[in-house]
Amino acid sequence: MIAYIQGNQARILSDLGQHVWLSLLPVLVGVVLALPAGYLTVRYRWLYQPVVNLGGILYSVPSLALFVVIPAIIPVGTLSPLNIVVALSVYSFALLARTVADALISVQGETTWAAAAMGFRPLRQLFGVELPMALPVMMAGLRVATVSNISLVSVGAIIGVGGLGDLFTRGLQLSYLAPIIVGIVLSVLLAAVCDSGIVLVQRWLTPWTRAGAR
Amino acid sequence: MITFDAVTKAFPGGNVAVDNLSLELPTGQITVFVGPSGCGKTTSLRMINRTIEPTSGTISIDGEDVTSQDAALLRRRIGYVIQHAGLFPHRTVADNIATVPLLNGVNKAQAREQARELLTRVGLDESLASRYPAQLSGGQQQRVGVARALAADPPVMLMDEPFSAVDPIVRDGLQREFLRLQSELGKTIAFVTHDIDEAIKLGDRVAIFREGGHLAQVGSPQDLLDDPADEFVADFVGRDRGFRALSFITAEKLEVEQVSAYVDRARGASLVLDDTGRPTGWSVDGQEVLRALPGTFTTRDALRLVTDLAITSPAGAAVRVDEAGVADGVVAHEAIARHLTALRRETER
Ligand SMILES: Nc1ncnc2c1ncn2[C@@H]1O[C@H](COP(=O)(O)OP(=O)(O)O)[C@@H](O)[C@H]1O
Ligand SMILES: [Mg+2]
Repeated sequence: MIAYIQGNQARILSDLGQHVWLSLLPVLVGVVLALPAGYLTVRYRWLYQPVVNLGGILYSVPSLALFVVIPAIIPVGTLSPLNIVVALSVYSFALLARTVADALISVQGETTWAAAAMGFRPLRQLFGVELPMALPVMMAGLRVATVSNISLVSVGAIIGVGGLGDLFTRGLQLSYLAPIIVGIVLSVLLAAVCDSGIVLVQRWLTPWTRAGAR
Repeated sequence: MITFDAVTKAFPGGNVAVDNLSLELPTGQITVFVGPSGCGKTTSLRMINRTIEPTSGTISIDGEDVTSQDAALLRRRIGYVIQHAGLFPHRTVADNIATVPLLNGVNKAQAREQARELLTRVGLDESLASRYPAQLSGGQQQRVGVARALAADPPVMLMDEPFSAVDPIVRDGLQREFLRLQSELGKTIAFVTHDIDEAIKLGDRVAIFREGGHLAQVGSPQDLLDDPADEFVADFVGRDRGFRALSFITAEKLEVEQVSAYVDRARGASLVLDDTGRPTGWSVDGQEVLRALPGTFTTRDALRLVTDLAITSPAGAAVRVDEAGVADGVVAHEAIARHLTALRRETER
């Protein structure tokens, strides 16, 4: 085991590095797309149901199927890492668009009414009041999207791009346990580190949620 | 002056919330909108700052039609206070108060400094400035709500049931302080409540609304009590309106007995004073056990309070104090009753 790690350090690190960007870049893309989409569903309520339904459908497509379908729709090679990034971005978007919409809808009420009544213009109200108030719920969605992406990236190993997933396939091919264990441990660790990272950022961004009641 | 001219609001679906309302709210005075739930008070209030637009008719402030003004700028010149304060949970108390100045481009340091001053103004400690709203009691949040509305020194204030969600004792304190503030500030205030007592206590003018968004009667509290326009108003101001009228007469001319007559009495309730002469409670039948004082009054308080105090006191008497809080007289409820009878004879003559 130790020998395996020592002998394959460079390989393992590059798999880990690839795993990190393959899983986190889609989260970033998902956030960037989900924020305006979520906002629009609040602004134009009739959009809410279609967006939620679309998200539900997208989210229920098996990842492997998505890896095969995407190259048929946009010009990326099936074996290209970009294929994985696009597929996972779709998942992240599906999950986050609904989270953003629900979070923004949940903060509508007396407080946002009061904000408007005090003379906030819509955009400033969105950034100054509604988004900050919606942050705790949105951050919870972000945690789910991040952790699920980290586990989904491994599936990409089946088509040959999978970050730590490559360790699994290698271990299976060689009937050798060490790379499999290293792969599992590292991906669990990665998920835990990212999750705690988000929690820390959230604590820093939302000090008021810990300002205990009364 | 705020003027409603034939204002009607019909919501989609045909629900007429306000029906042909014409009303004037004089500058520098408190006009209270009162009436049962659902009679259009909130809707009327919200049309003033254009958070609801009227279906027909016009609302103007000092002769200028509100719909001719930019809504956001208009709103920054109109303070707004609501029932649960509606404070921003993610902003500190100071930043909540500084909201409108910040919107107007005042720099942060200056706005926060001013927010601290406002905290003291509404009777809160400056140390609360860096707290979050969730760390305050309901009454404190309501005061912060008032401070926030006052921050940009708007000439007009809209207050929608601002004191309804706090318990009666806290509410009483908030109301008194509100009146004190208003006597210093002289804002033009539209105040919504469903509580006729509050309306009479706070209003320079009271507009009574009835079901369907109709104005039933408008006038001074005294007018409404003395001369209700119809059955509905008479009913709404209540059968005990004689008692309510006591809210307008101060205890200035009420004769009191010497405090010493109530101290160290062998039988019945006896008044206990501390070293400085401030009343601390009643002891009953010479026992040590103290019964709390329901409160005290000064010559500036209304007879209604004095009557309340006398009725709820174990001695059947209310204690008067001077500016320093030192007991300077006691009055039994029989004496209050005699005083009232004398007053009535006087007005009938
Ligand atoms: N946004 C709205 N859409 C439809 N009806 C409304 C709306 N807001 C208020 N109403 C109706 O208008 C009437 C008056 O409401 P409101 O002004 O809130 O009354 P009040 O403040 O006196 O309790 C009520 O019948 C209420 O149901
Ligand atoms: Mg109301």
